[in-house]
Amino acid sequence: MERTISFTLNGKAAAVKTDDERILLWVLRSDLGLTGTKFGCGEGLCGACTVIVGNEAVRSCATPLKAVAGKRVMTIEGIGQNGLHAIQHAFLEHRAFQCGYCTSGMIVSAYALLLKTPRPTREQIVRHMEDNLCRCGSHVRILDAIQEAAGAAQAGV
Amino acid sequence: MAESLVVQGEMKRRDFFEVAGAGLFVFFGAESVEGQEPGRLPGRQSGPADFNAYLKIGADGRVTCLAGKVELGQGAMTELAGALAEELDVALDTVDVVMGDTELCPYDMGTFGSMCTPLLWPAVRRAGAEAKAVLLEMASERLQAPVGQLQVKSGSIRQLGKPSNAVTYGQLVEGKRIERHLENVPVKAAGFAVIGTSPMRKDGVDKVTGKAEYAGDIVLPGMLHAAILRPPAHGATLKSADTSAAEKTRGVRVVKDGGMIAVLHERPDIAVEALGKIKADWENPPTGPDDKTIFEHIQKTAPQPRVVGQSGDLAEGERMVGSVIEETYLNSYVAHAPMETHSATAQTEDGKVTVWASSQAPFQVQRAVASALGMPAEKVRIISRYVGGGFGGKTEADQGVEAARLAKITGKPVQVVYSRQEEFFYDRFRPAAVMRIRAGVAGGKIVLWDSHVFGAGDREANPFYDIPHKRVTSAGGWMGGNPAGMNPFAVGAWRAPSVNSNTFARESHIDALAAKAGMDPLEFRLNNLTNPRVRRVLETAAKQFGWKAGRAPTGRGAGMACGMYSNACNATMVEVAVNRGTGAVQVKRVVMALDEGLVVNPDGMRQQAEGCVIMGLGYSLAEEVRFRNGEVLDTNFDTYQIPRFSWLPKIEIVLVDNPETPALGGGEPPIIAMGAALANAIFDAVGARLLQLPMTPERVKAAVAKT
Repeated sequence: MERTISFTLNGKAAAVKTDDERILLWVLRSDLGLTGTKFGCGEGLCGACTVIVGNEAVRSCATPLKAVAGKRVMTIEGIGQNGLHAIQHAFLEHRAFQCGYCTSGMIVSAYALLLKTPRPTREQIVRHMEDNLCRCGSHVRILDAIQEAAGAAQAGV
Repeated sequence: MAESLVVQGEMKRRDFFEVAGAGLFVFFGAESVEGQEPGRLPGRQSGPADFNAYLKIGADGRVTCLAGKVELGQGAMTELAGALAEELDVALDTVDVVMGDTELCPYDMGTFGSMCTPLLWPAVRRAGAEAKAVLLEMASERLQAPVGQLQVKSGSIRQLGKPSNAVTYGQLVEGKRIERHLENVPVKAAGFAVIGTSPMRKDGVDKVTGKAEYAGDIVLPGMLHAAILRPPAHGATLKSADTSAAEKTRGVRVVKDGGMIAVLHERPDIAVEALGKIKADWENPPTGPDDKTIFEHIQKTAPQPRVVGQSGDLAEGERMVGSVIEETYLNSYVAHAPMETHSATAQTEDGKVTVWASSQAPFQVQRAVASALGMPAEKVRIISRYVGGGFGGKTEADQGVEAARLAKITGKPVQVVYSRQEEFFYDRFRPAAVMRIRAGVAGGKIVLWDSHVFGAGDREANPFYDIPHKRVTSAGGWMGGNPAGMNPFAVGAWRAPSVNSNTFARESHIDALAAKAGMDPLEFRLNNLTNPRVRRVLETAAKQFGWKAGRAPTGRGAGMACGMYSNACNATMVEVAVNRGTGAVQVKRVVMALDEGLVVNPDGMRQQAEGCVIMGLGYSLAEEVRFRNGEVLDTNFDTYQIPRFSWLPKIEIVLVDNPETPALGGGEPPIIAMGAALANAIFDAVGARLLQLPMTPERVKAAVAKT
């Protein structure tokens, strides 16, 4: 059904008039021009399209637009708007990326984890990140970066 | 003008047009490169090496490196910038890099074969060295001081003892276009500022902020997204297609051109939805092989074998042997599965076409687009700036041709982004392969080796062990030239092509021979190997691993394998735990010693090696493309499992110090020994030899049941 869906996007009010069954990923990328959120599999299997809705990491490729009506949505563009976030710093320091295509989803997923679990154990990080796929094999560095960022955020950095 | 557009390592697309407008240009010719055996280069690279590159120094003193290779994630952008920073004596953060742009960058065959470090990097270094020498000459004239009295620091040249007599690179080239050549300018021999360090990556901030633009992130005014009708199976032919329902969707345009049916809309998801309304009637292909019958099929259909290694006399070897082992090893089709699917955005303007394409070889795409559109190549510009993984799978870029054709037909910018299903369907898989080996030992020495590889290709088929009587043949491979129908779909280069299959077979067989001879696998290898570099990585890895000598199976679950690729040497040792009930293999630890020659960027090399360990877990334990009658059955990450966080072993990479050997490519050599090291570790754990990759729980369980 075509209607106007309003939500908060990266801290600002957003409204899109379109078919409300359309997939959030494509509305973000195409209608709203936020291309930091990536398409990887189209079925919620790889995590490249991860965004935060409320406080939850969700797969935007498997989320209809209507599901975010009235909610807070955060994409990679919303993280570190006033200077890089601790997670982004840690990803840089650890070179926790190669091609970078999964990186937005990794950082957004990690951000969601730290929202709920500010001091996760290694096992908790692994469990939370398990369905975010990386083909270049940056996994060890990504875990290290998230662990370090959690520590830095705790220390108020 | 141009200079003001080049800011802090970040350039807007538009600005690429202006970059080459002014400044100092240093051209340099190709030279033969030491340390890279021509025979190991892919065939397409043969002939005169034409990898000219050039650099530019702007009036603001910023340096721009222009390189035809592509940043796939391997860190080439940082490495190439470092080459110029090193030789020009400028800060790394004042060097910008433009890569993979056919209009701005010098010709490059493609980013594959681990060639960036051994071939392009030294060339860029030489360019930097030559540029600095030219600038010193110019400064000498400007400052009225002999070159010998000049000192360079951070792009500023000053007279020793008279620091006020100074000029910057930027001031020297401002408003001028100077072309000078100097012959045989040496590169720095010592006192490195960048080489041997691990600087921050130039692509880092773009990537952690989501600002890195991939081919599917390009947004152009009026752009349409195309969804293209695809066959259900390779070899299927379209009998009829009713597009009327799709055409009724508001805003949709359907294009039919030369067998292609495309649905276009300004929103990608609406184009895909409309595509689903096309009623297509396909004629299925005749029955063909599946993933079980393929190995028989390949041996039957392979071309005439070629002898790729021979010594002594096999009959003599047969007379000498005390014991013989004969085995057939199998390897499956494997997908590249980069996280970014093949993507392209094309625009036609004023008789020119520009295509942003996720490609490892933009100059090859340029030719393909020019040919498809009937345009001269100079009217076609390909830009491959950031590419979301390649691994060999983005050497061809058919989606770039499709986007260009549709842009020409519609007169609008067109974007094509493959779905994950299209990505699997059109992937040029690593070919399935059969390796038959008959080998024998006498007195702890391998005296006989008779091997035949089908389908993989001949790289590293010829063992580097000292074997007096051997014959090695190879039939068919990844590079093409296979008889039609041998592979039911296209195959191609997959990270270290041929070598993963050949190393798996050879090193598995070496362990089998060692076990039969009652010898420790390390001792057995060293007993049959004089190559000092391979011996050294083996000994280094063994020390790091804490290898305990023993005759497999010891029950410890430790395994090793070694190999070579493009002159780099690799020894890999692993520790596994095997669940006899389920067949599941948990890899606990991977130790890898690498001889990569001079290591330009130690952390960059480690990144490649870690990536190879993890990708190697995939092809060794899980990845296998299943298919039947031309239909690819694995089309997404639900059934095609790639490595995940929970799979991670403890990874220890040791880079052996060998600065005397020129820098070697690092993207492929670390992956080659994973299959055999794991197979040998599984044997050591449970006494079952796995002869087929991937070693899935089902296969491990079946092999354990046979022991």
